[in-house]
Amino acid sequence: MLRIYFPILVLLAFAVITPLVMLIIPKILGKRESTPVKDAAYECGIPAKGDARERFPIKFYLIAILFLLFDIEAIFLYPWAYIYRKLGIFGLIEMGVFVFILLVGYLYVIKKGALRWQ
Amino acid sequence: MDTLDIILTIVKVLVIFGGLMLMVAYMTLFERRVVAWIQNRIGPNRVGPNGILQPIADAIKLLTKEDVLPAGANKIIFSLAPTITFIPALLTIAVVPVSSSLTLFGRNITMVISDMNIGILYILAVSSIGVYGIILGGWASNSKYPLLGGIRSTAQMISYEVSMGLALVGLLMIAGTFSMTEIVNQQSSIIKWFVFRQPLGFILFAICALAETNRIPFDLPEAESELVGGYNTEYSSMKFAMFFMAEYAHIIAVSAIITTLYFGGWQGPILPPIIWFLIKVGFFLFAFVWIRGTLPRFRYDQLMRFGWLILLPLALLNILLTGIFMVL
Repeated sequence: MLRIYFPILVLLAFAVITPLVMLIIPKILGKRESTPVKDAAYECGIPAKGDARERFPIKFYLIAILFLLFDIEAIFLYPWAYIYRKLGIFGLIEMGVFVFILLVGYLYVIKKGALRWQ
Repeated sequence: MDTLDIILTIVKVLVIFGGLMLMVAYMTLFERRVVAWIQNRIGPNRVGPNGILQPIADAIKLLTKEDVLPAGANKIIFSLAPTITFIPALLTIAVVPVSSSLTLFGRNITMVISDMNIGILYILAVSSIGVYGIILGGWASNSKYPLLGGIRSTAQMISYEVSMGLALVGLLMIAGTFSMTEIVNQQSSIIKWFVFRQPLGFILFAICALAETNRIPFDLPEAESELVGGYNTEYSSMKFAMFFMAEYAHIIAVSAIITTLYFGGWQGPILPPIIWFLIKVGFFLFAFVWIRGTLPRFRYDQLMRFGWLILLPLALLNILLTGIFMVL
């Protein structure tokens, strides 16, 4: 256990220290001179209008939900793939049924136009 | 574990991490030179012989630039977002075996940071954390273009992550293991390379890898023509550079993973293993730049349709075909 995860911890330490150092150095070396115009949000050079955090298309939300569904499916396939040799034809049919049920849902989603982008 | 073990581990991690950082720095120069070559230009060649010191000059320039914090931004998240993208990109390399094991001080040292038995799951888990940095960076800027770029980028990355995970299932069915070292050992000769046993899986994985690293033709997050700069519009100085360093680290990690999973890793005749590993990784790094220099960008609706309606069914088909072939 320690032999496997101790090196990961060491790597994590290096990987955390490096970007933190890179965040601190510009604060010391770089000049700082803030003006209201410089600090304004970029909007093609004209004064920014309203807040940025407004409503955005629901499509992205649907994509997120679909991602959850199919990512769980993918994770479910991993242990199955690991012992596929032992399962043989039985495993193939079992997984075929499971994927088929998901595919019906997938076709329904396509039919409903959830993945249609205009 | 005794003291010598701990010291050896730290040295090993330092060598691999240092090598990765060096490759990240020189990947910028490599990309600029190769793209220049493709476009019949010269590219940066002024700093040092043949421009060899260009990355150092770039680093000094970026480190001395003013770090602008936009007025409406969320200070803490704005600063942390590039870090969150950068760290997972560096961590991915941990399970990739870079060379065969060697004997030092009477000990057998495996040339992989951690030879865990769930290597592929670790890669998938760690590399998908990077998307948080992008969405948080876009949101924390409190500016319209970064927010739109961040949302788009997230939708793209999670869409292709599904196909990426499914593309690997076929390989796992044949290999029957999650351990990267074990997978390399199974590819001892060129005919045993998984690319020949999983051609469709390899193509799908390579396409998804392009999309996951936000490279052309999938670089919608930074579509200059419509979104200014995407999620990194408001960033400046080293924070800006960190997003790009994360991208390059990710490209290197993905090239190393493709090499290990499909092209036999460090195995090869005559030359030492580490040289073979670097040659194969170098080829894929070149391929990444080559693709960038050659292909145009997708439109966003094409990108999403391609991911969900073509790649996903193909990945499932690959699993089915692999399953049938293995039973026969």
